Amino acid sequence: MIKTDILIIGAGPTGLFAVFEAGLLKLKCHLIDALPQPGGQCSEIYPKKPIYDIPAYPEILAGDLTTKLLEQIASFQPGFTLGERAETIEKLEDDTFIVTTNKGTKHHAPIIAIAGGLGSFEPRKPPIPNIANFEDSGVEYIIRDPEMYRNKKVVIAGGGDSALDWAIFLTDVAAEVTLVHRRNEFRGALDSVDKVQELKNAGKINMITPAEVTEVLGDKKVTGVSITKNGEEEIILDVDHFIPLFGLSPKLGPIANWGLDIEKNAIKVNNALDYQTNIPGIYAIGDVNTYPGKLKLILCGFHEATLMCQSAYKRIHPNKKYVMKYTTVGGVEGFDGTKKEAPKAVVKKIE
Amino acid sequence: MTDITIKITDRNGTLHEVLAPTDMAMNIMELVRSHELAPEGTIGVCGGMAMCASCQCYIKSDHELPEMSSDEDLMLAEAFYVEDNSRLSCQIPITIKLDGLEIELAPES
Repeated sequence: MIKTDILIIGAGPTGLFAVFEAGLLKLKCHLIDALPQPGGQCSEIYPKKPIYDIPAYPEILAGDLTTKLLEQIASFQPGFTLGERAETIEKLEDDTFIVTTNKGTKHHAPIIAIAGGLGSFEPRKPPIPNIANFEDSGVEYIIRDPEMYRNKKVVIAGGGDSALDWAIFLTDVAAEVTLVHRRNEFRGALDSVDKVQELKNAGKINMITPAEVTEVLGDKKVTGVSITKNGEEEIILDVDHFIPLFGLSPKLGPIANWGLDIEKNAIKVNNALDYQTNIPGIYAIGDVNTYPGKLKLILCGFHEATLMCQSAYKRIHPNKKYVMKYTTVGGVEGFDGTKKEAPKAVVKKIE
Repeated sequence: MTDITIKITDRNGTLHEVLAPTDMAMNIMELVRSHELAPEGTIGVCGGMAMCASCQCYIKSDHELPEMSSDEDLMLAEAFYVEDNSRLSCQIPITIKLDGLEIELAPES
């Protein structure tokens, strides 16, 4: 059982910054995220895109914002449960909570802060009629264990970074790698495109473009796919695995069943006070919440995270009086023993 | 201020005739959201960067539209239920020329 003060669901910018504000109050945080890396949408959807409305950054790439936030919170040593989705919540008699992920990891905390953005990212599944019959029997939307493709014949569909990167990676593992995409051009990073070109020239990746997989073949297990190329006859390709990599789309998911007040796919909170939900001890901050006048902006999430932490502190320490201190005055004392503080002024006498 | 009329068929097949402002730098995806013609979180997920295809629509009238950027084209290449008249509505700014435009929202995917 993982124990912490504030359990944050969602490791996007709002969740990450909450770790900092909590740290100033000596509260420890642990984050759960369905994605394998922190940063949320900023790292998953648009890491290379600039953001222009982060205060004091005239321009910052979404990926760099994530890196900076991780640097800012490092001394508060947040814990991470990544690649797992928060599935169920249980309220104990002492008003604390246990949150269990889809993989069974249990987390215990007196405060839950849902910073889930638009929800957890789920793979987008192509509308191929019989594909559902083969899920986990040769069709995988996410590559969890590359070793399962050792010496197998694999077909990957998609045109983004994950399709390119996995096609490249699997050439060293699989017996045969085929990449199918509806265009000859790819959306992924240029050096990945170059690398795939190189591997194609070397005969290590079989490219079929512009084309798409239109049927999955097999009885109980995938034995092949049918590929339709513009205006040509269908190609039947014998393969052991079909890996459609068409990106991820966010779904509110199991959180929708936690008994929280939900409106328009977002969690209603008390914005006059502390961004608490209808369940005391559960807060919702950032894009996942809604209230009159809500704006889904990273900078609003930062503010909400800050107020949430103050309220969490009062809940955890009902008898303590807290006076807010500027970081410039109090410095930043990490849980790792480090301390950042303003340098003392140098005093010099005039003779 | 000049408003134009745009006809939008939502994902349930209901036709909506909505007024669209031409002086607010809005695009069609934002118009759909402002009229709540698709549930929040199911359209414009990436905010309008042509990076998610959740705002895919079919163009039903023969209005002249801005040319497709390669970003939009390649995103559509990974979208589902794509037809010859598919566009990402976030890439279509509302201009006076689009008066009477008819679109249909593509299924959620």
